[in-house]
Amino acid sequence: MTAAIVAEALVKTYDSGKVKALDGVDFQVEEGTVLGLLGPNGAGKTTAVRILATLLKPDSGRAFVAGIDVIARPDDVRRAMGLSGQYAAVDEYLTGFENLDMVGRLYHLGRRRSAERARELLARFDLVDAGDRPVKTYSGGMRRRLDLAGALVADPKVLFLDEPTTGLDPRSRTGMWDVITELVAGGTSVLLTTQYLEEADRLADSILVIDHGQVIARGTVDELKDEVGGERLELVAADAARLDEVRSILGAVGSGEPGIDAQTRRITVPVTGGSAALVEALRQLDAAGIEVRDVSLRRPTLDDVFLSLTGHEAEASA
Amino acid sequence: MSVLATLGDGAVVAKRNLIKIKRVPDLLVFTTLQPIMFVVLFAYVFGGAINLAGSDDGGQAYREFLIAGIFAQTVIFGATITGAGLADDMQKGIIDRFRSLPMAQGAVLLGRTMSDVANNLIVVIVMSLTGLAVGWRIRSSIPEALAGFLLLLTFAYAFSWVMAFVGLLAPSPEVVNNASFIVIFPLTFIANTFVPVETLPGPLRSFAEWNPVSTVTQAARELFGNIPPGTVEPHGWALQHPAGYTLIWAAIILAIFVPLANRQYKRAASR
Repeated sequence: MTAAIVAEALVKTYDSGKVKALDGVDFQVEEGTVLGLLGPNGAGKTTAVRILATLLKPDSGRAFVAGIDVIARPDDVRRAMGLSGQYAAVDEYLTGFENLDMVGRLYHLGRRRSAERARELLARFDLVDAGDRPVKTYSGGMRRRLDLAGALVADPKVLFLDEPTTGLDPRSRTGMWDVITELVAGGTSVLLTTQYLEEADRLADSILVIDHGQVIARGTVDELKDEVGGERLELVAADAARLDEVRSILGAVGSGEPGIDAQTRRITVPVTGGSAALVEALRQLDAAGIEVRDVSLRRPTLDDVFLSLTGHEAEASA
Repeated sequence: MSVLATLGDGAVVAKRNLIKIKRVPDLLVFTTLQPIMFVVLFAYVFGGAINLAGSDDGGQAYREFLIAGIFAQTVIFGATITGAGLADDMQKGIIDRFRSLPMAQGAVLLGRTMSDVANNLIVVIVMSLTGLAVGWRIRSSIPEALAGFLLLLTFAYAFSWVMAFVGLLAPSPEVVNNASFIVIFPLTFIANTFVPVETLPGPLRSFAEWNPVSTVTQAARELFGNIPPGTVEPHGWALQHPAGYTLIWAAIILAIFVPLANRQYKRAASR
């Protein structure tokens, strides 16, 4: 397998060196796979994407997209890749068709081919009915689909998706996931940044976690979960006032520090010994007269991975 | 990237901006209603009160004098659309989209400024028709009048590059609108747009005599044949050679702000 995207020792600083957005980041995305780039806000995810997508020049390091040097030949890279940004970069006063047609013209597909391609993409993204309406009238999900369609006009081999589902409702999000899965099945290589770990879990073949501009973990989803190790005991307390008691009981039973979400009264703790730990925890809670609403024993999720790696939760830091 | 490619891509971007004029109510008002309002308001509010050079004609001479000034002010204000449009595109990530395409680098700014010429052309036509309706007349020849319009549009085009630069620096379109107001309002008032420069106090008068807004107005007035009879020869080289002086300014502005705006485009877009 060859690498569709290569980043070598990328460094980027802002404010004349004061803020290190990227501090020597290396990674590769193999052809036809999805690399999920995870990290809290300000970790450097978007900076990495912008460098690879030719929007930003790194201070040092090298990068290749579809085998083309990003710094030396940005125009050739632009011909080979598509970018769908953090917010839908579509013109809301143009119709869906006009947006895609314009992008086609700027890829120099020619007048006829641009119009054809725009209609094809509208059909593919279920926007035929809305295609001749100004984008202003579109829902958030429709705009994202149109933005992604814009990135696909030239049928690129490499796709950069910067938080493609941020702010979408669950149904639109699932729809986007299906589209992305389909693209990858067709051979497209994807670099995906996301704050939603469920999204990475669902789409990414491998994962790169960055924080403060540095890679802090990499591997497949399973490898990362194994690295965090053990199982998680998770329960919801009936009474918020007794969360502290629950915490001290679970702290004694578990093999690590319990994490508490006060709002949902949900407490999670890593445990060893599986069901025995579960029974022991419930016995102690029962003895203390603490009511439990929901209880489960599960493998670590990417959320747990993230929490143990960065010390804070992914979405909470947004 | 060749000049031809830049022009071709610029035309695609310009087309997109022109579609917006049709669909954005604000722009449509700016383009059509506001010029009508300006011509009618100035002509009747000031026109009735001011008599030029001792003429006692119920303001007819002043109305004719005024029109070129209103034209100049309005097309210069039209440059605000250039700046606000670019700031808006930056804010909405559309510049990122453009920059991720294999298009000519200069095309976004070229397309933007070209579409604003088209916008100003519509503005000038609307204002001329309104002007004719309130009694303004072209008292020269058609070619001279066309030269007058061309000069107004040329100067406005050069000025739109200043606003393009400002628009790329500004964090939002609102900031561009406010900033442009602070600059353009005095620039177009401390001039011979609405009153003869002779009526201005000392320092303002000197500024007005060398203000290119005065000279573009003066040149248009001369080319439309709207200089009232009995007007004294203006003071200073600039007002005596208004068309040439205006073109020199346009060239200087373009020479400075085209490279500046293009550099800022590459920089701002890669924040």
